[in-house]
Amino acid sequence: MTDKTLYTVTVYSENQVGLLNQISIIFTRRQLNIESLSVSASAIEGVHKFTITTYSDRETIEKLVKQIEKRIDILRAFFYTDDEIVFQEVALYKVPTDKLLDDKHIEDLVRKHNARILEVNRTYTVIEKSGHTDETQALFEELSRYDVMQFVRSGRVAITKSTVEHVSIFLKEQQYRQAKL
Amino acid sequence: MATERIKGAEALIRSLIAEKTEYIFGYPGGAIMPVFDVLYDYREQLRHILVRHEQGATHAAQGYARVSGKTGVVMVTSGPAATNIITGLSDAMMDSTPLIVITGQVASPLLGSDAFQETDVVGITQPVTKWSYQIRHSDEIAWAVARAFYIAGNGRPGPVVLDIAKDAQTGLTDFEYKPCQFIRSYNPYPEINPSEIEAAASLINAARKPLILAGQGVVIANAEKELAQLAETADIPVGCTLLGLSAMPSDHPLYKGMLGMHGSIATNVKTNECDLLIAIGMRFDDRVTGDLNQYARQAKIIHIDIDQSEFNKNVKCDVSVLGDARAVLQALNREIAPASHQEWLDSFAECEQVEIEKVINPELHPQKELMNMGEVVRKISEATDNDSILVTDVGQNQMFSARYYRFKRSRSIVTSGGLGTMGFGLPAAIGAKIGRPDRTVCFFTGDGGIQMTLQELGTIMQYGVDVKIIILNNNFLGMVKQWQALFFNKRYSETPMLNPDFTGIAAAYGIAGERVATREELDAAIGRMLGHRGAYLLDVQIDPDCMVFPMTPAGACVTNIMLNATEKY
Repeated sequence: MTDKTLYTVTVYSENQVGLLNQISIIFTRRQLNIESLSVSASAIEGVHKFTITTYSDRETIEKLVKQIEKRIDILRAFFYTDDEIVFQEVALYKVPTDKLLDDKHIEDLVRKHNARILEVNRTYTVIEKSGHTDETQALFEELSRYDVMQFVRSGRVAITKSTVEHVSIFLKEQQYRQAKL
Repeated sequence: MATERIKGAEALIRSLIAEKTEYIFGYPGGAIMPVFDVLYDYREQLRHILVRHEQGATHAAQGYARVSGKTGVVMVTSGPAATNIITGLSDAMMDSTPLIVITGQVASPLLGSDAFQETDVVGITQPVTKWSYQIRHSDEIAWAVARAFYIAGNGRPGPVVLDIAKDAQTGLTDFEYKPCQFIRSYNPYPEINPSEIEAAASLINAARKPLILAGQGVVIANAEKELAQLAETADIPVGCTLLGLSAMPSDHPLYKGMLGMHGSIATNVKTNECDLLIAIGMRFDDRVTGDLNQYARQAKIIHIDIDQSEFNKNVKCDVSVLGDARAVLQALNREIAPASHQEWLDSFAECEQVEIEKVINPELHPQKELMNMGEVVRKISEATDNDSILVTDVGQNQMFSARYYRFKRSRSIVTSGGLGTMGFGLPAAIGAKIGRPDRTVCFFTGDGGIQMTLQELGTIMQYGVDVKIIILNNNFLGMVKQWQALFFNKRYSETPMLNPDFTGIAAAYGIAGERVATREELDAAIGRMLGHRGAYLLDVQIDPDCMVFPMTPAGACVTNIMLNATEKY
């Protein structure tokens, strides 16, 4: 497990049933573990976007992305290292309210971590924080002295720093190809 | 075109007819009965071949597709029928064979309820298909069939599954068939990049010791002429992969034999001596390359393929050219300067001489009583004027026939390459004969492989399919035995076979045949087989110690070649 880098794979697809399975079996075949996953509609109508993070070496990730792109309903697939993208995750923490109230540092904590309180009742308080993994993890560790009841971190969402929108260009090319027929 | 309101089952049949489907290989059952019911009305236009096991339907469709270049169509029911097609799908996926496999499915309200004969067909088949789609409404049928044909037959061909819920078969739809010509997310024939052609041409024009590796991509793209033109213009020797065999005639002076584990000595040795490898429509399978770390390290490599994901998958190339082999070769041939590589070509003679002396002569002219597989194969090839279709099973029979059969024209070999499916041959031979009824089909198999799909003798009987079946019978699982002999201290674990009287089995199906125990009987028996109208089975008794050579052990360097059990090249 040497020389593994965390790569972010982004996949743009048509809106078809069963694509997640098609993508995930390609990871499975190469014994790559999916670290995080998020799926949503993209800015382009009818186009879905998958954002997947995985630890891999460069050669494997290149092959993986080509195998994904080969699937019929996939439009394009890319991979990035962290310096090529702006990315974010969101984390939610459920903490016993009584323990929070007993502590004088709660305001400091919220301010320091730029966190938000979403809900408070007599039993529990839900705190939200978005950031990179190490940042949401840091808050989790600080909150653990209050006995965190639940903690969840979302999959990564990412936007490229590139000034070229490859998917839009690809779709234009396909329109041109269709027009020629 | 006006639409017509018809049932989904009829829409399916009429969609298949609109795509010029002539044959369906299939087997009926509960969840596909509405379609078989409609088929009864269309049986003159769309012939159905009732196989004896669904796996046989897929292999028969593969044989049909490979010899004809058309898409093979399979239709079976749900559940166990659908699980029985997995081997054929995997085989077609590995060997880029265009198939459309229609599976019945339980009615859509029952999906996910563990209904009788329900199985998750799309989930199971996704890893081994080019596309797999579940049709839940009759309105989707024409669209899905059109898309299926487009996907299966274009670009790098492959198998497609259409899983049709029973209520989609019985429901009504406004039918209008429009062939698919465009899928936004899939461009089967990418435009050729002129700079890639230029880069490839300049490497070829500068090469002093070039070598072409031709794969099935040449055959699929109908690029045989263009391949010959490139080889002849630039004076380049050619080796073929197993599936690329017959892309170039066996007697072409530039043809140097098969690549890989049991390929010719010359093509393997020269792979590691050439200064340029030109790989066309082949995928550097491990049975071709052996140890990648010792494979053609001295050479520049040009890789021409229609599937981008093949580039740098196994072998790193210096120039990749994406596109259909024919279009690429046409463009490339315009840039190629005539050349002569006489010294390089002459250097092949030494390897060829060793192979003739140490391997081919002992195989074809043995000084012993028992028969060799190679001599039987060569005799039958010659008896058909080297112009018949070869179908093989998997194992020694496959390697011996690939080595000793000779070819005059393309699309003359049907064999299971990537998946290595024992049992592939008998049903594939049926499909091949149906696809090319004008040609003689000789099917070589082993005593092991034929028993994996033996029930298809019933299909041969029912439709009078004229295939010549040659069992190279050594009463052993020969290829495994060979590995046991060479690498497992002759511990013949579970490879000896007690076999039935194969001619007796054939006779029970009304198929003529005979057992050939001695060399003296062979010629006459071959004559009777080829002269017989209809299927014929030859059970040829082979030396059980017969081994296929040359052999590069799995994972070894391509030049690490065994000439026989004791000598190395």
